[in-house]
Order: sequence, then structure tokens, then C-alpha cells
Amino acid sequence: MTSHFLPEPSPDASLPDGKGRFGEFGGRFVPETLIAALDQLETEYYQSRNDPAFQTELDVLLRDFVGRPSPLYFAKRLTEHCGGAQIWFKREDLNHTGAHKINSTLGQALLTIRMGKKRVIAETGAGQHGVATATACAHFGIPCVIYMGEEDIRRQQPNVQSMKMLGAEICPVTTGSRTLRDAVNQAMRDWMSSVAETHYILGSVVGPHPFPLIVRDYQAVIGRETIRQSEERFGRLPDAVVACVGGGSNAAGMFYPFVAETDVPLVGVEAGGESDQPGRHASSLTFGKPGVLHGSFSYVLQDEDGQTDDVHSASAGLDYPGVGPEHSHWKSTGRVEYRSCRDDEALSAFDLVARNEGILPALETSHAIAKGMEVAKERGKDEVVVICLSGRGDKDAGEIQRLKNEAAARRT
Amino acid sequence: MSAIDELFQQLKSEGKKAFMPFVTAGDPNLEFTAAMLERLDAEGCHLAELGIPYSDPIADGPVIQASYTRSLQGGTKLNSIFSMASEVTAEISMPIVTMVSYAIIYRMGIDEYLQQAIDAGISGAIVPDMPVDESDELAAKCKSLDFSLIQLITPTTPRDRALQIAKQTTGFIYYVSITGITGERTELPSDLADNLRWLRSVTDLPICVGFGISKLEHVEVLKSVADGLIVGSAIVRRIAAAANDQSNKEEVMNDVGGFAQGMLAAING
Ligand SMILES: Cc1ncc(COP(=O)(O)O)c(C=O)c1O
Repeated sequence: MTSHFLPEPSPDASLPDGKGRFGEFGGRFVPETLIAALDQLETEYYQSRNDPAFQTELDVLLRDFVGRPSPLYFAKRLTEHCGGAQIWFKREDLNHTGAHKINSTLGQALLTIRMGKKRVIAETGAGQHGVATATACAHFGIPCVIYMGEEDIRRQQPNVQSMKMLGAEICPVTTGSRTLRDAVNQAMRDWMSSVAETHYILGSVVGPHPFPLIVRDYQAVIGRETIRQSEERFGRLPDAVVACVGGGSNAAGMFYPFVAETDVPLVGVEAGGESDQPGRHASSLTFGKPGVLHGSFSYVLQDEDGQTDDVHSASAGLDYPGVGPEHSHWKSTGRVEYRSCRDDEALSAFDLVARNEGILPALETSHAIAKGMEVAKERGKDEVVVICLSGRGDKDAGEIQRLKNEAAARRT
Repeated sequence: MSAIDELFQQLKSEGKKAFMPFVTAGDPNLEFTAAMLERLDAEGCHLAELGIPYSDPIADGPVIQASYTRSLQGGTKLNSIFSMASEVTAEISMPIVTMVSYAIIYRMGIDEYLQQAIDAGISGAIVPDMPVDESDELAAKCKSLDFSLIQLITPTTPRDRALQIAKQTTGFIYYVSITGITGERTELPSDLADNLRWLRSVTDLPICVGFGISKLEHVEVLKSVADGLIVGSAIVRRIAAAANDQSNKEEVMNDVGGFAQGMLAAING
């Protein structure tokens, strides 16, 4: 069978370089204890790319277990509402477990087995990566522990319940801001002690090399399918592509196959939170500076002493003070444009898509939709804008209602 | 020759080993840290590691994490740590090295960080999140300033890589006793002494052991195979008592002082 889903020779095969750098960004800023495991992971990953049995196993899983390819869907009423370019959704929400995260967790679970490791750990913010990890581990019978901040456990309850039912152990993280950043810290500390037997399934294109490479490659199925589907539907590539950026995995997966297609503008959307004030948003690329966080050199929100800033976003999956190093590289080369979207804009987009399209998008995804509509309005009716619909919003229904009640109470 | 090279040369000539306490700068405040460093020096400790509090430490267990959080919540800033250090180093004889995340060094700028540290009388740095592969620039600058860059070797480090790390290291090698994060352990790995003997046979640098060490029994096992012992959490845990109740500052000072005396006696007694 020909592989539709797996890493092909990359359009920019030189990145990351031998030191895990995308231009100046990336690298490995982690304790020496983890280096041997990262080396092993890198070696096994490169070998697995050339191993037809491994590729076929992942291919079959993505087709029969995940349900790929995911559709490219014309959002007709949203397009009419905006009055600009046609808006199309790449439906990652229709994947098994309801988001793009499963594309990477299945690949990484196979790598876990390939490396002979017996246990998996992961961090999660929105819970989508936690659910996708718990799902992959249940599928293969690997014990798994998920680190999740207490604040995120509160605001993403449905996913917490799912993870438990899938047999995962949830470790609430009570330090710091009790969100995604603290969950990553805690997972890394677990890994410091357990590294011989445990694989850390990182959830985004962040962390030390080779994670940004591996997660991007597994997510690149999104962009490759989008290219194929666009050629089938439109006989050409889209006129613009938009995705939300937390750590940046759905965006990297969507953008990477388009990077060499320099005529196609790419727009990444960060969480703008409540305001531009430090602590009230999570827009690392828009307001941050290059620095070091979680093992990688990339844009980060920090104070002048290098202490990580508090961040805010209504969306747990975007509530993160850093971003993947390849996005920092794309920002510095100008290949991708990054915009920042406020909480209230995302909530409005959520409502609009729910009522006009019959789709509940994740709050993370709603940020991409809000700015994707902006991009569509800037363009002509015969143009095509593809938005990565990274996940479904069932998990957010309770929290969105709570935010609406809060807003209503403030108005009265 | 740096102050650390001199220290180990002297210890060697006396047939002694180093005891190296770790304290977090600004826990619970910088005046306390200054007094604590003076006390540890007066007790005869050979070198102190000054932990620069960081918001996201990956290699630290709950005790040191909590001390960093207390310090940062108390408003500790890098420039105030350097001012405190410059006053203290003028008064004491034991060298001080900072344990500092590369996130902090990068933000300040390598040159600026090194200049400020040297101006404050600090003799070296341990950068726990900067592996040897990323350390070329920092190592070269430290060398040109005779500022020690102490690198870490761990139980997961392959031996050929350990040799490479030893080549880049100045001052002493920090051998991490366990695969894990900082925190007191009741037992240390059974192959620790063998690993240290191997390392001893391939490098002339002093080898100091840290992570997990807290007990007199640990000292007994290690003193014949290491040139120095580093103790962090066992001290920071005692200092935490002063953070919770400022009125018992003297008591905490005596508690830590007594602990240091005991360790010193066990190492060189
Ligand atoms: C649906 C959805 N979209 C986007 C994200 C953000 O992550 P990333 O930027 O890695 O795609 C998340 C993370 O939890 C998510 O659940």
C-alpha cells in the first residue's frame, strides 16, 4: 500500500539541523540525565522512517482507527456571513478522540514499543492530548500517567473523565499557575527519574530536539492531505491557510507541507487573552522574545530576569508562555504571519460556527476561526481560505457557559 | 588559576575532601541568605552553591522548587542577588558558585552575566539545563575569564560522552549520584562508587557528588571515591523552617550550622 499519511522527504529536509536547530531556534536545553534518552529517540525515529513495517502499521492505524483522511469541508453559511473568500475547514475534529493530537500519539506510542519502553507519561492542557495519549496507550496496552494542572482539570472536566475511563492515571499539578506550563514541568521531572523505562509523549512541537521534529512530522499528514484535497477540489492550492498556535503542533502539521509553496500565505493565531498587558495573554510570538523554556530556544514570555511570565487564555490548550522553535524560525524568516486573537473574539467565533455550521469547535480552534474569518474578509469571493479545525468543542461547553454567565453578571 | 582550582589544590595537599552546601538565594530573603553563607563559611565549609531561583526548574524536587517559589514571591531579583553576593564574598573565604538556569543567563546575556558574577566575587557557575553540546560559547567565555564552568555527568551519561564533558569542564566535575531530581534519598545507587572510580581513572579534575546526599552514612560510602560532597535539599528543608516563622531565624541558623559541622566531621574527621 502506498503511504498517504507518513513523513515523506521533507520540502526543507535540512531543518532541523544536526543540533536540532531551526535556524537559530530549537536545540536541547535539558539536564544531562535526559540526553541519552533524547539521542535514543532521535536514532529510533530516523530508523522508523525507513522501516516499511513501522510505516504500514501507522498507516493502517491512521486509516482504520483514526478515520483518516479527514474531510475538507466547505463552510457555506459562514462564508456567506463573512462575504469574502470561501472558507473551508480541514476537519481534524472528526478524528477519533476529536482532535489532531491522535496523529502524533499513535506514532509516538509505536516508537515507545520500538524502543522497548514500558510506560508512558504525558502532559495535557485542554485534555485533548491527554485523551489521545490515553487512547493510544489503551490500544497498545501501555500503562500511562497524565500530568494536568488543577485549573485545567476544572475547566476541561469531560476530558478528565474520558482519560480515567481509558485507564490513564491522572496526576493533578498544583504548582505555579496550575496550567499547561506546570504540567510540562512535572512531566519532565517524572521523566528525569523514570527515563530508562518510560517514554514522554510530548503533546506539541515544543521541548528539546527531537520532539519538535517528530511531532511536526506526525502532524504533517494534515497539510499533505489538505494539499491533495485542494488539488482535487479546486485544481490548485488554497489562497491562504490558517491555524491556531498553542505549542504549535496543528499549525506546524498544516503549514509544513506548504512552506515550500511560497505563494500560499500562512497565518498562525495565538491566544490574545484579555489584553496586551503582560500576564493577560499567551501570545509568545507577538509579544515575547527569544529565550529558553522547557528545553528549547524559542520565543517565550519572560520578565527581564528570565523568569517565565504568567499567561492567560480562556482556552487551556493555548494557555502557554512558549511556542515551538520552528514557528520562531518561520516568524523570523517571515514565512508565516502570526496574529493574536482575544478571548471574546474566539467566543464569538465559537457561537457563529455552532449556529451557522452545526459544528462545535474547540475553544483553541475558535481562535483560528476568528482570524480565518478576518483573512477571508480581506480576500475576494473566488479565493479559498482553509482553516485547520483542530478539534471539537464538546469539552468546552460547560466552561463556555460559565464564561458567558460571568460576562452577563458583569454587564448587570 | 581560579579560586576553585586553588581550593582543590589545597585540599589535596592536606588530604582533605570538600563539603559544599547549597542554599537558595533569597529564601526567605537575601539578608538571611547572606547571614547563612557567613555562618557556613565560619563552620569551615569549603565552597557554597548559591541557587538562583527560577520559575521552571526541571531538575529540582519539591524542596528546592518550593524554596525558589518562596524567594521569587518575596521579590528576589538578579541584581539584588549580585549585590548581596558582592558584600558576602568580601567577608568570607569559601568560594561561591551559582547554580543557574540557562534561561536566566541567556536573558541577561552571557557577557553581562559573567561580568556581574565576577564583579560580585563569584567563582563559577553550574548550569543544570545546559548540556555539553550547547555549551561551546559559554565554556569559551568562562575559560577566557578564568571563571569555572562546572558541568554535570550523570548515571545515564555514556562513558565516551563523559570523557567529552570532562574535557569541557573547569573547576570540578559535578557527578549526579542518581537518575532523578534533587531531594534527600535514604539510599544511593549500589554502582555509584564503581562509576566514580571509573571517572577518577580517566580525569584529573576534582569530582564532587551531589543529588540525594543527606546522611552521614552516605558520607562514609563516598568519601573514599569523591573529592567533595554537595548537599542541597537537606539544608534547604531546614531553612524552610525559617521561611514559615521568621522568629526562629537563630534556631534555623544553628540547626544548619550543626548539620554542616556533622557532615564536615564525617568527611574529614
Ligand atoms: C483542539 C486543539 N487545538 C489546538 C491545540 C493547541 O495545541 P497545538 O498548538 O500544539 O496544536 C490544542 C491543545 O490542547 C487542542 O486541543
